[in-house]
Amino acid sequence: MAEETRVGTEVSLAVGEIVRMVNTDVIAAYPITPQTHIVEHLAELVADGKLDADFITIESEHSALSACLGSAAVGARTFTATAGQGLELMHEVLFVASAMRLPIVMAVANRALSSPLNVWGDHSDVMAARDAGWIQIFTENGQEVVDTMLCAFRMAEDRRVLLPVMVNIDGFHLSHMIEPMFLPSQKEVDAFVPPNHYPFPLDPNKPVAMGDFAPPIIYTEAKWSQEINIEHSAPVIREIWGEFATQFGRTYRPVESYRAEGAKTLLLTMGSFSETAMTAVDKMRAAGIDIGLIRIRLWRPFPFAEFREAAKGADTLIVLDRAISFGVGGPVAAEARSALYPMEKRPRVVSFVGGLGGRDITVAGFEEIVKRGKEIAAHGSPREFEIFGVRE
Amino acid sequence: MSKNETELTWKDIEVGAIACDPGSARGYKTGDWRSQRPTYNHARCLKCGLCMIYCPEGCIYENAEGKFEASLFHCKGCGVCAKECPTMVITMVEEG
Repeated sequence: MAEETRVGTEVSLAVGEIVRMVNTDVIAAYPITPQTHIVEHLAELVADGKLDADFITIESEHSALSACLGSAAVGARTFTATAGQGLELMHEVLFVASAMRLPIVMAVANRALSSPLNVWGDHSDVMAARDAGWIQIFTENGQEVVDTMLCAFRMAEDRRVLLPVMVNIDGFHLSHMIEPMFLPSQKEVDAFVPPNHYPFPLDPNKPVAMGDFAPPIIYTEAKWSQEINIEHSAPVIREIWGEFATQFGRTYRPVESYRAEGAKTLLLTMGSFSETAMTAVDKMRAAGIDIGLIRIRLWRPFPFAEFREAAKGADTLIVLDRAISFGVGGPVAAEARSALYPMEKRPRVVSFVGGLGGRDITVAGFEEIVKRGKEIAAHGSPREFEIFGVRE
Repeated sequence: MSKNETELTWKDIEVGAIACDPGSARGYKTGDWRSQRPTYNHARCLKCGLCMIYCPEGCIYENAEGKFEASLFHCKGCGVCAKECPTMVITMVEEG
């Protein structure tokens, strides 16, 4: 059985503890709310001599991720963290990190985007970065953050993967919670996360060119090899979660279901609001309402097979997005529709956007969403998607 | 890489599209981007070498006869050499 200690701590600090325990070599990060506690804690650990890492105090997020490219390329275990505007300032470099196959782990304390300026949580930041070629995982509570962080280093650095991994942690609603969590012992971390052996480290004796020029004659081949690579990372991700379950007894899957068996109406959520949604499902089930919940944990690469399996049999899938793709609607709903379309019998997708910029959605809120979702499923809506909780 | 780039498949791409043969840009012809080529009036040339120094492509060299000329495999025809030459030895001529 796992030798773990149960502690009560802030989720951001627990992220820092995992980064310490895996003996990270380089941290290059710029502080930005609500990610700040993660990097502050790491700076403290390095300053106190508890983590032997280079903490690069960089002048912007663009530079932070650029520094991470270099450190990952020499084979150093590399971590960064950001949020909101910071992730957008990294945007250009995100694509470089994945295309160069550099195993960087990044925690994102998901935050709304300006303007108007808002430091609170939603998924606008990550949705704008969804096509950047990173493995992207969403977390729902402190324990999941700890466990996902541990797995993220394994996934990123696996010889069969070699991709950057983004761990999404809802800003404030999750990043700033103080929760009871099981933290692994050092022995267990060492057993689960071996040292990073990046197979192609920069070496003056064996010079190579990274991020080289690729004219039209070869660019398509380069991009296809990148696509095949991220698709092939999915079974490795499942394998690592499987090993984690064996060692630690907690199971993670690309798509999770909650009381979804036989339900004709399903809710679909991502991130920490899923926990509120579960409570709402319990309450509605107790009141005899037909409802279940599915949650996407692995957002990229998108788990098509698992998602279809989880959604099949339902008549209605009510999707809650915490971001707007302006002029379209909810990005998760768009993905869900696209994934379900090839199925002969598929649930009707009803799309809601809500929880923007830190606006809470309570249990009662989810009950309202389900009520309105069922109405839309039966009678339609004048809109492609509806926004929840807006004052008319 | 042993294969010509037109023969390479996606499976031949190195991890992260790393170029394992340094200097591979040497084999990349940029000469066909050119709309004008530099021509030298060697009779007036002082052999100061400024054309060679200023050339952003590094494609101007001193040939076996001690005369400067541009390698047309890489010359993009930018005209910096003609602009910088103190004795106006270099004239840019339209490519035919």
